Amino acid sequence: MIEFKMPSLGADMEAATLVEWFKEPGDRVERGDIIALVETQKGAIEIEVFNEGIIGEQRVQPGRKVPVGTVLATILGPAEEGPSGPAAKTTKAVEPRPPERLVSAGETPAPAAPPPLRVTPAARRRAAALGISPENLSPGPDGIIGLEQLPPGPEREASPPRSRRAGLDLDEMRKAIGAAMARSHREIPHYWVVHAIDSTALFDWLEAQNVMRPIERRLLYIAPLMKAIALALKQVPELNGHYEQGAFRPSPVVHMGLATALRGGGLIAPAIRDIDSKSVDELMSAIAELVPRARLGRLRSSEMTDGTVTLTNLGEGNADSVFPLIYPNQVAIVGCGTASPRPWVVGNAVAIRQVIQVTLAGDHRVSHGRHAAQFLTRLSELLAHPEAL
Amino acid sequence: MTVRRMNYREAVREALREALARDKRVFLMGEDVNRYGGAYACSLGLPAEFGDERIRDAPLSESAFVGAGIGAALGGMRPIVEIMTINFSLLALDQIVNSAATLRHMSGGQFSVPIVIRMATGAGRQLAAQHSHSLEGWYGHIPGIRVLAPATVADARGMLWPALLDPDPVVIMEHATLYNDEDELPAEGDMSVDITKAAKRREGSDATVIAHSASVKKALNAAEMLAGEGIDCEVIDLRILRPLDDETIVASVRKTHRAVIVDEAWRSGSLAAEISSRITEQAFYDLDGAVERVCSAEVPIPYPKHLEQAALPQPQSIAAAVRKAMRR
Repeated sequence: MIEFKMPSLGADMEAATLVEWFKEPGDRVERGDIIALVETQKGAIEIEVFNEGIIGEQRVQPGRKVPVGTVLATILGPAEEGPSGPAAKTTKAVEPRPPERLVSAGETPAPAAPPPLRVTPAARRRAAALGISPENLSPGPDGIIGLEQLPPGPEREASPPRSRRAGLDLDEMRKAIGAAMARSHREIPHYWVVHAIDSTALFDWLEAQNVMRPIERRLLYIAPLMKAIALALKQVPELNGHYEQGAFRPSPVVHMGLATALRGGGLIAPAIRDIDSKSVDELMSAIAELVPRARLGRLRSSEMTDGTVTLTNLGEGNADSVFPLIYPNQVAIVGCGTASPRPWVVGNAVAIRQVIQVTLAGDHRVSHGRHAAQFLTRLSELLAHPEAL
Repeated sequence: MTVRRMNYREAVREALREALARDKRVFLMGEDVNRYGGAYACSLGLPAEFGDERIRDAPLSESAFVGAGIGAALGGMRPIVEIMTINFSLLALDQIVNSAATLRHMSGGQFSVPIVIRMATGAGRQLAAQHSHSLEGWYGHIPGIRVLAPATVADARGMLWPALLDPDPVVIMEHATLYNDEDELPAEGDMSVDITKAAKRREGSDATVIAHSASVKKALNAAEMLAGEGIDCEVIDLRILRPLDDETIVASVRKTHRAVIVDEAWRSGSLAAEISSRITEQAFYDLDGAVERVCSAEVPIPYPKHLEQAALPQPQSIAAAVRKAMRR
């Protein structure tokens, strides 16, 4: 029997409220299945299971707040399922595949123009109150974004004691960020190294790519940038992993937390896994899928815990550079300022180039400035050849 | 407190009796109200108690006896005029719209017309197209009159006296299918009810169903059906069709974000249209979908039972409209 415990979804998490069970006793679960929803200071997180088996007993009922490590349920391993055991219910139904559109030879399906966004007035207002852009929401089955597509909002609803559904509580999140960053500032001996990187090749390549692509497959520069950062980190293992109990554990793969600002003041850094082995296109879809979910407060437990490094990217039209704090127990964070045209020496002349100021904050217990410089130099080389990413 | 059961018809009769007993200026006038006891038997037995002077049969001329009632009101009486059905009240529209509703304004406030006009309305009794229409909305259009639609036994009992106290014309719409409805009322005490506010007949959080008169029961039935599907409806009984109680309607829609209006009248140019418009004017940013309406089919109400029922709003069609409003 395996005890399935309330996981720690970040260095700053002490307790969480179980909101909903998605599996019942007797249900068969496989590694990676989402079995429960918990509400933390960082919003509602879907909890995945890492064992195979059958749900035995649920020890915590929805609505209860329990500390990290509390046994939530028991999972019976395959050997324990006797004929007298709980009847295993098959949870994986065969989903009917939607019929694929037949494309006759020679016909390329035209990229359909995105349908105009239809948002109900109440949903539009709640989205604004929550700091969610309706563009980032998935519509209901009728193509309309209504209140059901949104987490509950801070409305002047006269409803009796607000039955809390899962969602974002920005005040709580602000507290959690504060706790994590205070700990980072207190415990991690930071150093920062900055490098200005000529990214003209990256933007030229993106422009050429995007001209050829239908709108829904266009790339944002964050995707190749993440890929390049991941590849550069592979060369400097001291910057990728965790520092726990006085020792550094490097990570063989790069799961990169992407700092995502939530309108209204929140900030969250869910991780995208295996950046180093994903293609730029795969990364782009992963980002497009993850960011709206983060803004809705519907993340999965692995996305909260798996990060081996974090990227904070200020994005276009923003400030030049950033000196971020490391998210414990990671050992480095990369900060990218906005890309802006700068005078730049190319050969013997001065040219206008797109320049990004990239900062690497490292944990001095694990690495030092030379590692950061190696990383930044390698990143600069990689960004000069975006086609190879 | 002891209670007693009575039906809607008895409640109307008791209200008439109370009014006649309390105020000597009150008299009842209309077709067949004396010898026949009223088309719906509301005044049965009253002539014996109050005499032929105060329970007066009128000739078959709605224009004449409504006009006479207006004259009596101007002369200081408190007439209650009964019109057999709302369809026939059209013959008295000139008196009601051009005289009763206007005289206070046209006299610069010198004259009041404290008349109460009761009429039966609505379909469902196989009385065919000339006795079955719901034209309440037409009266709701007219400034200068108050329009009441008692949907419950308590309202049938309690609305008449406050209506008589109103210095201006009040029209009371009694739905013909409600007369046999029974309910419990307090055995004694003041039965008067408020005649300014709508009433919440069922508390709910997911959708507001706004109805009046006989449609309130249908809305409540629909709400019960939907409760089994996890949809929690609030049901508002308009009670007062003019002036509409926007406050109650809008507060409910602000809470539920979805509105369904049930109106036995035809959709085009209806009271339902008016309410829908007020909701979008006052609660647009609270709406989570278009306002839905359930109205009668746009035909003269048919005589055959199955066609008549098919033409009217029913719990099933109300439930379907709520599901649509919920986008389920």
